Amino acid sequence: MFVAVLAVLVLLWEGFKWFGETTGLKIGSFVVNDRTFPHSFDIVGQLFEPSRRNGPLLIEVLWDAALFTAKEAAVGFVLGASIGFALGVLLAHSRLLQRGFLPYIVASQTIPILAIAPMVVVWLGGRGFPDWFSVSVIAAYLTFFPVTINTLRGLTSVDPRALELMRSYAASPLQILWKLRLPTSLPYLFTAFKIAATACVVGAIIGELPASIQDGLGGAILNFNQYYASSPESLWATNLIAAALGIAFFVAVVIVERIVVKRAPEHVA
Amino acid sequence: MTVVSLKEVSKEFGAGGVRALQGIGLEIAEGEFVSLIGPSGCGKSTLLRIIGDLIQPSGGDVVVNGKSPNQARLDRDYGIVFQDAVLFDWRTVAKNIALPLEMMGWDRARRAERVKELVDLVELTGFESNHPWELSGGMQQRVSIARALSFDPPLLLMDEPFGALDEMTRERLNLELLRIWEASGSTVVFVTHSISEAVFLSTRVVVMSPRPGRIVGIVDVDLPQPRTSETREEPRFAELIRDVRRLLRRGGGFDVEEGSGEEELIVAEEGLQ
Repeated sequence: MFVAVLAVLVLLWEGFKWFGETTGLKIGSFVVNDRTFPHSFDIVGQLFEPSRRNGPLLIEVLWDAALFTAKEAAVGFVLGASIGFALGVLLAHSRLLQRGFLPYIVASQTIPILAIAPMVVVWLGGRGFPDWFSVSVIAAYLTFFPVTINTLRGLTSVDPRALELMRSYAASPLQILWKLRLPTSLPYLFTAFKIAATACVVGAIIGELPASIQDGLGGAILNFNQYYASSPESLWATNLIAAALGIAFFVAVVIVERIVVKRAPEHVA
Repeated sequence: MTVVSLKEVSKEFGAGGVRALQGIGLEIAEGEFVSLIGPSGCGKSTLLRIIGDLIQPSGGDVVVNGKSPNQARLDRDYGIVFQDAVLFDWRTVAKNIALPLEMMGWDRARRAERVKELVDLVELTGFESNHPWELSGGMQQRVSIARALSFDPPLLLMDEPFGALDEMTRERLNLELLRIWEASGSTVVFVTHSISEAVFLSTRVVVMSPRPGRIVGIVDVDLPQPRTSETREEPRFAELIRDVRRLLRRGGGFDVEEGSGEEELIVAEEGLQ
């Protein structure tokens, strides 16, 4: 199925390109040609061309960049998910805390990441952290929100009779959290992790720009942007790798979910 | 010995709102099987939860196992079974049964030993490592009963445990429950709205009526023990069902004509004091 959809996408891409070029289609000032809309096979082919004269292949360069960004994103994911989860547990305990804190948590997400990122870089710069750590913090900033919201939702969506049952056993609050609320919230948590998995990759790529980090995919995108006129395929190829990294993170979460979450088949999303 | 003692118990929901229960007085002795029966809204489930300290009464005295309901709950003096099995999906049958034992700090070996006995008791041998969604409704409810019995509580509270099951499964589980009750010697308080189920299982049937929830009368079930499938065919069984039905009608439990026979009702009430 995945392959079939890929084939259809490539067909649509090439079909549109052919249609645009033969009819001279113009959308505003947008014209379809090899510069605005390179051939899909040229984009993939570009991966196996040297990135510069006598240099390594583009795919090798991008592979290293992707690994670098993956490290930033993974640290950001763990950081953001932990903070998000802790916040969710805290907020689940009191309506009052929810009313007090939720508006600010929502507000935090409406501030564009590009406005926050330079501040994070300035704050964390020269404090003994590696340069890429500020990028992780930016990725964490995008990650924690869905985790907080879904942790809260999961912890508070417990069957009231299950709570009565635990009460009948004179269970302690910790036992209720550990044996009932947490397992109940796991499917919600993994839904959040899936959203966060892609968000942290985006956060890491964007975070590299103000942090002036050259070694990741963000740096590569910035670099190939400048050479777009001469080699548009390089930027497209970089986007392809960035997308693949996001998918890899997503799949990793799904695999862990399969192992951890034991549920009736119809409950597995 | 009295296991449950209720005096003038009342319950109102909301500020001066609905009177869910009024003037409930009932003594349940050790080893009894008492059913609470009545139409929806008569407060039978509320009464069960008051005994279990899951809801606080608005007034009156409640004594469970010689203590306050709160102390009885903290001492794990009762096990509870709901209409839905309320099993934890992420636990196997064995682990669901062992849940209260984990809470009580039993070690792994002791838990495993006890779970094995219980699985045999409710006839689920071979299903220990299945997950709840792989079981039928009747089997799920048997797991739920095993879980309630796991720590051998002196009192078993059951809130329409077979209400969601089909008639045949229900009758089979009724027989199994009686066998378990006889084997364990525990006291059972059983909420139902099936008249025949109440008569078949119980030593006493407490008939309740709604608005406000109160006891209209109690029927002593003098059918011989142990009860079998043939018990349902005895003429005495039909008579007792008729008695319960009359009390229900008098309490407004049926949408049939009310009134007539107030004296009988009073006699029935006094006979139980």
